[in-house]
Amino acid sequence: MTLVETERRPEIASTATSYGRGLEQIWKTEPGIAGWISTVDHKEIGHRYIVTSFVFLILGGFEALIMRLQLARPEQHLLTPEQYNQLFSTHGMTMIFLYALPILSGFSNYLWPLIFGSRDMAFPRLNALSYWVYLASGIFMYAGFLIGAGPNDGWFNYVPYAERPYNPGLNMDFYALGMVFYGLSTTVGAANFVVTFLRMRAPGMSINRVPIMTWGTLTASAANLLVVPSVSLAFFMLWMDRQFSTHFFDVNQQGQPLLWQHLFWIFAHPWVYVVVLPAMGMVSEGLPVFCRRPLVGYTPVALSTVATMVLGFGVWVHHMFATGLPNLALSFFSSTSIMISIPSAVAVFAWIATIWLGRPVITTAFLFFASMIVLFVIGGVSGFMTGSVPVDWQLTDTYFIVAHIHYVLIGINVFPVVGAVYFWFPKMTGRLLDERLGKWNFWTMFIGFNLGFLPMHLTGLYGMPRRVYTYPAGMGWDTLNMVTSIGSLLFAIGVLLLLVNVVVSLRGGRIAGANPWDADTLEWSVSSPPPSYNFAVIPEVASRHPLWEDRLGEAANRSSVRQGLILDHGRETIVTTPLDGDLDLIAKMPEDSYSPFILTVGASAGFTGALLHWWWLAGASAAVVAGALIAWLWPRRSLAQAAGAGDD
Amino acid sequence: MTDAALAPERLPVGAIERRGLGWWGLLCLIATEGALFFYLLFSYFYFDVQMHREWLPRELPSLGLALPNTAILLLSSVAAWIGERGVRRGARWQLLLGLLGALVLGAVFVSIQLMEWQSRAASIRASTYGSMYYTVTGFHMAHVVVGLAVLLMVLVWSALGYFDRRRNAPVLIGNAYWHFVDAVWLAVFTTFYITPRLW
Repeated sequence: MTLVETERRPEIASTATSYGRGLEQIWKTEPGIAGWISTVDHKEIGHRYIVTSFVFLILGGFEALIMRLQLARPEQHLLTPEQYNQLFSTHGMTMIFLYALPILSGFSNYLWPLIFGSRDMAFPRLNALSYWVYLASGIFMYAGFLIGAGPNDGWFNYVPYAERPYNPGLNMDFYALGMVFYGLSTTVGAANFVVTFLRMRAPGMSINRVPIMTWGTLTASAANLLVVPSVSLAFFMLWMDRQFSTHFFDVNQQGQPLLWQHLFWIFAHPWVYVVVLPAMGMVSEGLPVFCRRPLVGYTPVALSTVATMVLGFGVWVHHMFATGLPNLALSFFSSTSIMISIPSAVAVFAWIATIWLGRPVITTAFLFFASMIVLFVIGGVSGFMTGSVPVDWQLTDTYFIVAHIHYVLIGINVFPVVGAVYFWFPKMTGRLLDERLGKWNFWTMFIGFNLGFLPMHLTGLYGMPRRVYTYPAGMGWDTLNMVTSIGSLLFAIGVLLLLVNVVVSLRGGRIAGANPWDADTLEWSVSSPPPSYNFAVIPEVASRHPLWEDRLGEAANRSSVRQGLILDHGRETIVTTPLDGDLDLIAKMPEDSYSPFILTVGASAGFTGALLHWWWLAGASAAVVAGALIAWLWPRRSLAQAAGAGDD
Repeated sequence: MTDAALAPERLPVGAIERRGLGWWGLLCLIATEGALFFYLLFSYFYFDVQMHREWLPRELPSLGLALPNTAILLLSSVAAWIGERGVRRGARWQLLLGLLGALVLGAVFVSIQLMEWQSRAASIRASTYGSMYYTVTGFHMAHVVVGLAVLLMVLVWSALGYFDRRRNAPVLIGNAYWHFVDAVWLAVFTTFYITPRLW
């Protein structure tokens, strides 16, 4: 029996001593298909998240373009009403679930261990599982769409129309089971982010020195742990109603359709913050780098991020103002909805002050980050308006709401994300994106987006209802719709320019070096792309801006990135205390593993079995899942999970 | 150039008691599962508030089986706790017997709960109440079964001699999950068996 060490005094060395090759041996993933399936490297998983969610963004974009073609002129019959229903529902499902959060999880997965000075996320295998389940659930839901059984009741899927008598196909079953499946991915990913934030930071990175970006994902993840069960339960109940004749939402048997709306929006309103707070974090991180100064108001911005989420739990009924709830409830939820603009405004003023007090360098990334402030204000003001009950009664279910949601989701998610691509692409690939093409990319997207969606507010004010597959001529909507269609096409061309830039720059882009933007956080202290083990020695942090300390002269001490803990007895990294970032223990990190992939295959078969009522398949899959879990959790001496001879 | 402020002490390697990452993962699991049961009971009380007493069955669920069964589940938690004290003291037999006791008492709970399900005339299809009752207790039963599987694995690993006084995180994690499942039952029991009798 091997001896399992229980304690060790970690050695300190400088990066000058060359033992990086030993670390490479320890951390590298095997080449070939085996390594591809079993890898748990957060950088690889981050890449996959980003690429997969961009594929979904493009699919959702095509769906939108087809709809805009249909709506460009009145009385068109390019699409049947049913096709239109499935298109707008699938477009919503794709953008809101399969693109908006996973793209942010991709960036966080890639960046967090690098930004925290660690070697991986807290749970590397769980990280792999969260990606595989995301991919599998996305394919599952799209399988429905491809066989003509996509969701057709909007992304929020109100009952009773989603119930079986009105919707007898498999459409809703694909969507319901797919969303429960997808919820697993979000949940395990959220747990991983929370524990990584609390425990995996470099020594010395106390809670007030955490890079500002990570507050967004932390807050969103904590919220996800609390609200995802609500929507998973709602979809499960819907599926039970449809397949096992329960009566949760069945009006004829005392069911309560409004219960669906409550459970859905208890989840889905916080979800709006889940898909924007991490993106706002990217802006808070990237914008100051191009303003050549630290963010103005770190503490208020961090606190307002958390405050937004706390208030965000209490606003869901503003989606239900028109359902006849008591006035007292409406007043309460209206006031929280209006109050939430206060923490949002804190962030906006912090960004403006940072630009004002800095010396901005106008790069493409800067343009995307800075323009987001404008779009955020427009989306915020229209949200503020609809937070008021009488205004909402007038505008609900019109194109005004569609304009609002797109200013929020494109303005505060897509624009920061594209900025983040320009900002971190050099770190991920070692090459810079082309700036000239980048400027074209930005202006096409910015003009296209505003041309498409600013007039849409008017379309709504003129009374055009959302979700109609066509409309009569002469209602005052004709020109507006044509302009919106042209704008959306221009916006799509802008996204295409981004893809062109990525493809061209991957091969021929300028070599970036470790820190092309002269930025301040730890990920810029390692090579681009980073080695498999991230850091040859674990850095020690003495301030919020480890790479800017000499010029800022704020901190009494200096961070140490060239000298630190070695930790090379197998895959190891350091675990620190949640608040002070003091050394706590040496974590043994898992080897690459097939369990997450096998578990996902098992679960996919299980959900397919449930969909088709092939109970034998569901049962067999449950056995596969249980087996994969036991193999995964089996205590290993190599990971110091089991005691060995000589201990105790 | 650098202030080498870092002068590390001896540090634990891997998970020691509750200091490892796994324990923190469990806390997240409990948070999200706790939220799931919160929404289940939220749904129950939503029906209760919307329809007052109309939606309750004429015969409320009887305490005859449920009350003793609740005691059995709580005893099971006590047994698990005794086992956990065993591993901390290095008393292997106490660990094994405690876990075995928890496992047996948990299995008894499941059998009695199955009897209770069979004895009830109303089905999941009969009414919203039936739908709610079987869904909530069904979710709880699923968690009990998973908890029993976890206890079984911890028992096997304990029998294989994997754990000692300090290297015992799986025992603490498995037991804490079991206590959580038992605590959830108290909430479910109170909701279905006690609250309709109060007003």
